[in-house]
Amino acid sequence: MHSFLGILFDGLAYGALLFVISVGLSITLGLMGFNNLAHGVFAMAGGYLLVTLMSKAGIGFLPALPIVFCVVALGSLVLERTLYRPLYKSTPLNQVLLTVGIIFIATAGANYIWGSGQQPVVIPGWLSGQYAVLGLDLSRYRLFLMAIVAVITFALVFGLERTRFGAKIRASVDNQRTAEAMGIRVERVFQLTFALGSGLAGLGGALGVDVLGLDPNFAIKYLVYFLLVVVVGGPGSVFGTLLAALLLGVADIAGKYYVPQLGAFIIYAAMIILLLLFPHGLLGRRKAK
Amino acid sequence: MEDQRQNVLKKVHGAAPLTVCSKTLHKLRGFIVVMCGLCALASAPAQAGDTIKVGLVLQLTGPFTDSGRQMLNAVKTYMSQHGDTVAGKKIEIVVKDVGGPAPDVAKRLCQELVVKHNVDFIAGFGLTPDALACAPIATEAKKPTIVMLAATSIITSKSPYYVRTSLTLPQVSEPMAQWAYKNGYREVYTLVADYGPGHDAEGAFQKAFVKLGGKLAGEVRVPLKNPEFGPYVQRVKDSKPQAIFAFLPTGELPVAFMKSFKERGLAQAGIKLLATGDVLDDGVMDAMGDSPLGVISTYHYSAAHESPENKSFLAAYKKIDPITRPNGHAIGAYDGMAAIYAVAKQLNGNIDGDKAIQVLKGMKLNSPRGPIQIDPVTRDIVQNVYVREAKKIGGKVYNVEFETFHAVRDPGK
Amino acid sequence: MSDNLAKVSRHLSFLRARERWKPAEIVFWLALVGVYFAFPTSLVFASQILITGLFALSLDMILGYAGIVTLGHAAFFGIGAYAAGLMAAHGWHEPLSGLLVAGLVAGIAGYLSSFLLSRGGDLTRLMITLGIGLLLFEVANSATKYTGGVDGLQGVEIGKLFGVFGFDLYGKTAYVYVLIIAFLLFAFTRSMMHSPYGLALRSIRENQTRALAIGIPISACLTNIYTIAAAIAGIAGALLTQTTQFVGIDVLSFQRSADLLIMLIIGGTATLYGGFVGAAVFLLAQDRLSNLNPQYWQFFLGILLIVMTLYLRSGMLGGLSRLADLFRHWRNKERS
Repeated sequence: MHSFLGILFDGLAYGALLFVISVGLSITLGLMGFNNLAHGVFAMAGGYLLVTLMSKAGIGFLPALPIVFCVVALGSLVLERTLYRPLYKSTPLNQVLLTVGIIFIATAGANYIWGSGQQPVVIPGWLSGQYAVLGLDLSRYRLFLMAIVAVITFALVFGLERTRFGAKIRASVDNQRTAEAMGIRVERVFQLTFALGSGLAGLGGALGVDVLGLDPNFAIKYLVYFLLVVVVGGPGSVFGTLLAALLLGVADIAGKYYVPQLGAFIIYAAMIILLLLFPHGLLGRRKAK
Repeated sequence: MEDQRQNVLKKVHGAAPLTVCSKTLHKLRGFIVVMCGLCALASAPAQAGDTIKVGLVLQLTGPFTDSGRQMLNAVKTYMSQHGDTVAGKKIEIVVKDVGGPAPDVAKRLCQELVVKHNVDFIAGFGLTPDALACAPIATEAKKPTIVMLAATSIITSKSPYYVRTSLTLPQVSEPMAQWAYKNGYREVYTLVADYGPGHDAEGAFQKAFVKLGGKLAGEVRVPLKNPEFGPYVQRVKDSKPQAIFAFLPTGELPVAFMKSFKERGLAQAGIKLLATGDVLDDGVMDAMGDSPLGVISTYHYSAAHESPENKSFLAAYKKIDPITRPNGHAIGAYDGMAAIYAVAKQLNGNIDGDKAIQVLKGMKLNSPRGPIQIDPVTRDIVQNVYVREAKKIGGKVYNVEFETFHAVRDPGK
Repeated sequence: MSDNLAKVSRHLSFLRARERWKPAEIVFWLALVGVYFAFPTSLVFASQILITGLFALSLDMILGYAGIVTLGHAAFFGIGAYAAGLMAAHGWHEPLSGLLVAGLVAGIAGYLSSFLLSRGGDLTRLMITLGIGLLLFEVANSATKYTGGVDGLQGVEIGKLFGVFGFDLYGKTAYVYVLIIAFLLFAFTRSMMHSPYGLALRSIRENQTRALAIGIPISACLTNIYTIAAAIAGIAGALLTQTTQFVGIDVLSFQRSADLLIMLIIGGTATLYGGFVGAAVFLLAQDRLSNLNPQYWQFFLGILLIVMTLYLRSGMLGGLSRLADLFRHWRNKERS
């Protein structure tokens, strides 16, 4: 029984990790409808930024996180202006091509600047190791991740559903022309939404370094995972993304523990089954664009 | 191909003579930009006269970039130490990027190295499929080929012109089994990456360990794309073996594994970690922090090896790449270059495939990893395998050698 | 009779004109024949580009014509490659029958998996195809005993073509073989796409509801095209196996599917030639750039892709046809 609870915890923790690295994409892909395969580039930027801040500038892990979020969000504005905006109304295929181009550039760039090896990140002592709770060994870092996930989810849901800016986003996404006619500066709203999504990607990348490692191929290596979580959850739905991440996380971990022979298959199989059952994602809007 | 592009160009030039009005030009600006870009890509390889050409087939992009980099740096290191002329001839390196496991590309690149660049040696090969796919070309063109990394046993048997300067996985896995048994471990759990080399390492270790009288507490294979080691490590912990034997390809997997191993407190639970050197690769040691301390591994090279050769290698390598530590991948490439230089010297610069292979067979080199020899029959490497323990030296964790298995042959043959 | 028809409808004459082989097309294929003589040392590369082009053509059938977005098309390429490889490794060395079997096996796989694509939007289909592709990769990886796993399938020996032409170091036989097969399959695809069936596919892509309203059996059409495209992808895979005489697990990789999609977009979708042109441009750019700078060539490739998306929205062929239109326009003005 203990072992089962332990597995459940590990699964949820893994789900939390999946959520953290993918939620930014849920915003750019789901809300804005931009096929942003370069999501991982922003995550990778966040990771490298964290490593650099910690090793070169001597900033601690926790204070570095908000800096990463802000810097990546600001940096993304430049890309939004120059590359993304001209393609908002273009075909998905062109968006794919553009973002793949960005991945290539970022991979080569990271190789050039930071070298091809794994980057070290030292998380503070109070975050490493395990807590023993009721006979269960709970990883501190995983608990920390779960707390962050709770905060992000709450902030996003509250922000999107309850604030004026959230209403503007929803209006702009649902009907651009009407929103413009109502006096909403759609361009501005999209810009901020994009920055938010990218900032979250950066934050996710920074939080993920300790578990996923960080090398120049990060953006392409975990692309499948980002897409998987967002599409299964239903693009644009924060709760959907959370639910999908937790479900896939638990399924994957439980599968790997009980049937290790099938370890590599479980997450893909779970995805296909979930998508066949819920073709528009778990909590996706039926008319998802 | 080339021609398709020219075909496209032909259409462009045929259809739109450059006298088109400026308005048209303006509209076509984008198209012309792209076309000019493509034109600029065309370049003819220059032919040099009195040179010995070495074609290097490496993974310089894609998931195995790091390993390819190490190898290229090591080649540069060797050349920086020993100059670029041998027997009055200039050594010229032609570098080709395979971009990951891609046997079709590798074979094409080898073919181009032979028919276009007319190289004297082919070298490199980080991955087994790439090396296997090129074997027929080496055989047909009679080109001496130095396998600088790919570690599957059968590779050298695929062409009489293949020579290996790296290692084979069984070569380092089997000594681990012997050491473990000798030091009182009787129940070991094996954990390997679920792919060909992983299966090889698992097989070699288990066979040797069971033969000696040891018992397997269990075995598990983890997927190659596996960001989460928790459940596997937990499984091992729950079955309480004396030790784990682990093999994972160098990269992010060992980092994630070591973190999980530490976090779940396996060492405190009295479970010893035994591994091949791939897990504690020098190139990724810095990313692992303190978690590897105390881990026992067997490998053919450690950056902490004590010898004057290694010292000068490390110093020269640092000039090429000041950040990364050279690892076992680098050393294979370094010695591969040494072998090529030795052949060129002995043949006085006139490279002939069959003669070169004769020279390579039985060749002895004083490598930074210790003495090595090419087996005259199998053309595979014979070398010392070291048992190491991860210890801190000057604030960084190194694999410190404390026991040696001398002149180990590949047990896979 | 035919005069009447032409009078009755201008659309019909448009269709007939579309069906005719244009001079540019003939030049294209003649140029490919010319490659054999002009670049004798690059024939291996040329045949690999042709194979990739054929593979991209099969993707164009489902993406460009039927509008199904897939990121798992390498699954069928890989199935074909392994089918041909396994036959050759187990004693059946004749190449042509290998192609047939590979096409058949991949076609069956395509037929079966097409039923999984009946629901959901583009993203869902994208992920399902991707998932299937990844699952197959893992299957091939763990079935080391049969596929050789990541080390690759060894012992693939291909016999002489018609018992006469052996596969040589320079890739002469391989090139001619690939060119002929590619041309035959292209001609087949071309006629299919210009038939009423091809038009039906296009109308499905443009508007499903209206297509349904005029009586087009949507799901049957999609199943058909998916099956045929899978078979052609399988044949392309088999061609790669036979010309390389080796099968690596990368034939099933995500990378291959993704690269293919990029090539097709570069070339231009729903153009028939887009796949070939895209494959040529992408692979040549990759080869040239990586020769110039083996370590950081991806940087320049990335820039190339971005420039293309910003300036060449409809792919290389789209750009070319725009060029041709402008030229025609200019000439007409000159005349008048």
